Amino acid sequence: MCGTENRFVEEIDYGTPAARSDKTVTLTIDGRSVTVPEGTSIMRAAREAGVVVPKLCANDMVKSFGSCRLCLVEIEGRNGTPASCTTPAADGISVSTGTERLQSIRRGVMELYMSDHPADCAACAAGDCEMAHMAETVGLSGNRYGMEGANHLAPSVDDHGINFKELDVSNPYFAYDPAKCIVCSLCVRACEEQQGTFALTVEGRGFESRITAGMDEPFLQSECVSCGACVQACPTGALQEKSVIEMGMPDHSEITTCAYCGVGCSFKAEMKGEEVVRMVPYKDGKANRGHSCVKGRFAYGYATHKDRILNPMIREKISDPWREVTWEEAYSHVASEFRRIQHQYGRGAVGGITSSRCTNEETYLVQKLVRQGFGNNNVDTCARVCHSPTGYGLKTTFGTSAGTQDFDSVEQTDVVLVIGANPTDGHPVFASRLKKRLREGAKLIVIDPRRIDLVRTPHVEASYHLPLRPGTNVAVLTALAHVIVSEGLFDEAFIRERCDWDEFQDWASFVLQPENSPEAVEKASGVSAELIRGAARLYATGGNGAIYYGLGVTEHSQGSTTVMAIANLAMATGNLGRPGVGVNPLRGQNNVQGACDMGSFPHEMPGYRHISEDATRAIYESLWGVKLDNEPGLRIPNMLDAAVEGSFKALYVQGEDILQSDPNTHHVAAGLEAMECVVVHDLFLNETANYAHVFLPGSTFLEKDGTFTNAERRINRVRKVMAPKNGYADWEVTQEMARAMGQDWTYAHPSEIMDEIAATTPSFAGVTYDLLEREGSVQWPCNEKAPTGTPVMHIGGFVRGKGKFVRTAYVATDEKVGPRFPLLLTTGRILSQYNVGAQTRRTDNVLWHDEDLLEIHPFDAENRGIRDRDWVKLKSRSGETSLRARITERVAPGVVYTTFHHPATQANVVTTEYSDWATNCPEYKVTAVEVSPSNGPTEWQEDYDAHAKKSRRIVHVEAAE
Amino acid sequence: MSHDKKFNTGEEHLIYMANQIATFFTSQPGNHAAKGVADHINSFWEPRMRRHLFEIIERGGQGLSPLVLEAAESIRRPKAA
Repeated sequence: MCGTENRFVEEIDYGTPAARSDKTVTLTIDGRSVTVPEGTSIMRAAREAGVVVPKLCANDMVKSFGSCRLCLVEIEGRNGTPASCTTPAADGISVSTGTERLQSIRRGVMELYMSDHPADCAACAAGDCEMAHMAETVGLSGNRYGMEGANHLAPSVDDHGINFKELDVSNPYFAYDPAKCIVCSLCVRACEEQQGTFALTVEGRGFESRITAGMDEPFLQSECVSCGACVQACPTGALQEKSVIEMGMPDHSEITTCAYCGVGCSFKAEMKGEEVVRMVPYKDGKANRGHSCVKGRFAYGYATHKDRILNPMIREKISDPWREVTWEEAYSHVASEFRRIQHQYGRGAVGGITSSRCTNEETYLVQKLVRQGFGNNNVDTCARVCHSPTGYGLKTTFGTSAGTQDFDSVEQTDVVLVIGANPTDGHPVFASRLKKRLREGAKLIVIDPRRIDLVRTPHVEASYHLPLRPGTNVAVLTALAHVIVSEGLFDEAFIRERCDWDEFQDWASFVLQPENSPEAVEKASGVSAELIRGAARLYATGGNGAIYYGLGVTEHSQGSTTVMAIANLAMATGNLGRPGVGVNPLRGQNNVQGACDMGSFPHEMPGYRHISEDATRAIYESLWGVKLDNEPGLRIPNMLDAAVEGSFKALYVQGEDILQSDPNTHHVAAGLEAMECVVVHDLFLNETANYAHVFLPGSTFLEKDGTFTNAERRINRVRKVMAPKNGYADWEVTQEMARAMGQDWTYAHPSEIMDEIAATTPSFAGVTYDLLEREGSVQWPCNEKAPTGTPVMHIGGFVRGKGKFVRTAYVATDEKVGPRFPLLLTTGRILSQYNVGAQTRRTDNVLWHDEDLLEIHPFDAENRGIRDRDWVKLKSRSGETSLRARITERVAPGVVYTTFHHPATQANVVTTEYSDWATNCPEYKVTAVEVSPSNGPTEWQEDYDAHAKKSRRIVHVEAAE
Repeated sequence: MSHDKKFNTGEEHLIYMANQIATFFTSQPGNHAAKGVADHINSFWEPRMRRHLFEIIERGGQGLSPLVLEAAESIRRPKAA
């Protein structure tokens, strides 16, 4: 079922992108009749008919350009030899692709190319150079011109060095060798059309034309974001992965899913033996459609990093050094400790945290271990600290805890509203798809305290940017609703048909209250009433309106209220239930959606069924043979509170670093320190492991089978391409722990776990590995009603029945600025790093970002005597830390911003314990702080560093295999 | 560390969370605010949190919003530990 035999995944390149048209044309190509949509190129029509036309400068990801002159064809009754890539197919024409005349022209063209191509091209030799392949295809044998004369191969005195450019190896992941380049511009077009960065250009004219990055800079110094699209497009080996140069071409490959953000890109893991040669984005991947970012494409080196811990370890006290033990010893130690603690302190004294990085199957097993094995519901997941308000808010209003669309939907959107998200950094591949749509003319509204890149980036400019003060999302969204209702811009027919009309009327009267008018909200939010009115009118009347949001929405004390305010706006304007519209949470981690779906929350079984529902519990009770607790369990912050109070004593944490990622580090540390058995199951000795008693080595996404579910509810396969370096996939480790605790688990493969999920969860009822093999991926709900999944939800009606409008009164956060803490700190991510950085910091991505910086407005900096790159102390009511400043107008006066990728900074030392009223999602995005000049790291940072070093000591023993 | 903590005790945190829930339901229409608070706490609060809440109420409920006190009769009493 999940092929153990090595295969190499080949994809067909149709040469030019698919045309969209209802009309078709029928033509004849080399005697074969073919019918294609109007607007299809002859090249693509030929490929569909099974005729491969030689080419170098075309692929089906970018628009055709007609530069290489290899794809020439003859058309009966027409003069000349047009390029098939730029000539549209027409009804009734007859095309020849292989006449002697064409072959002769192609040989001539290739001969000229090869006369200026290095004879020792390593890519040619490795079989990764289309040039060699084309030379062979057109039957080129030899080169009459020789390699003398003007060329691009070596410096020459004759041309004053204009034609030759040095090899550029500045980018850590790929090299650019201009000597091999034929200036076909595929890379330039890939950078423009696929990625949307416009970092590459053709400089010079005629024979002097060269491809350059930025202002003729090395790639690394240019605005290149290292997405890899140009490398993938290059037909000549001029742009090539360094890994291929070093290791040679891969010999087998497997399709899998990226383990970074919630976009969930599909990749071909191209391998040589047990080693990854490169990760190549997969065109049939429905989330990414063949595109990638620097993380998924290149930053996989952490999988083989020397810091990975490969043997289980134990210690009595957290001040002791680690002692390596056998797996059996580790399992029996955990089992006896958890048993002892439950006996001594009660059944509820232990719990577990599932990972949003692990697979659905692994997550399911951890919550099963807690519910079946521990006999309580003390299970939570990192979604607690990111998207739990999405779950609450969308379930309340629509009836289900998930985004409404697929990513393809953006191609039909007319107005995009981005709020509290920074897609170009956090969700780069979706951002590229979004920017493509914006370049086609869709309008953009950005609601964010910072001037994120999307506000103004090449060929994209937001119609409105509402730079609101952190913490005022609800006020601004309700003011948008005020404008929509007061100006009669709502969709009455949609509301009457799909929503509860009485609730709408109540909501309408609420939003019309004077305190919700743009003028009233201006004062609290700092956004002018005029901007609010303009944005509201555009969203309500600009055609298909789609809202995309991120953690800038959820991580507030009114996070759940904000999600409901977003849902209200979409319902009021009828922007739900069809392609191009919707409410789209951009999920942080690869499997946040899946972790939530799999019953990771302490109040919910898989499929979002409350633990108090007798019928749901009965399903699992009969299958698992235990009585399940009908009371909700502790959420992560509650676990920590209970630990400090002495009633919570042991925790199993799979693939999450709560010490670094959760708010108020001092409180987290105090909670962990109060526990008697903390089990950390991870790739590395992360910050949480400093407080752990047992360490179980984890496995990477390359080392196991399973599934991830991305932000569009898409269940994608993860495929094992190498044996786990630690010996076991994470699901196997959890299974052995459960067995050590007396559970009779006998899963032989993750597909069997999915079968159990499907058998017990209505929204997953139709999901099997066989189905995923056939379909590539499916979006839940996937069941009898939707056998191949559900791309768009709420078509014709809401899951809960009638859509529910909810009043969203603005409540200012209690985290207030004052004389001691006059600035508001907000936090976020950067493109090259990922969350707490455990993975990306262990790759060359650190070349782009090797420390967290504090962004501060020039006005605030000057008042404090702070210069760019100065060390500054960042202090809040919770704690203080030091980092360097970056002076920028991206943040408004009064607002400062930093990332949280580096443990040395520990931005969460300053964040507070305030949290969302409904879900306890922490209020990361608003902290009152003061910033002052400093000499370097604080005493606490130095102490922490010393403590971390001390707690990572390992006493090595001979592995007892 | 010499920081002025928001919550010196878990109890202060618990009271704060209960009042936050009350603030939301106060803003909702109709006369269901107390029921809203009770339902929310019943759905999401682990028994020891509810037990702690009842202890605070039995001591006079100092710091709790009146709506939380009103909701208390509909909050499920946890079984004895």
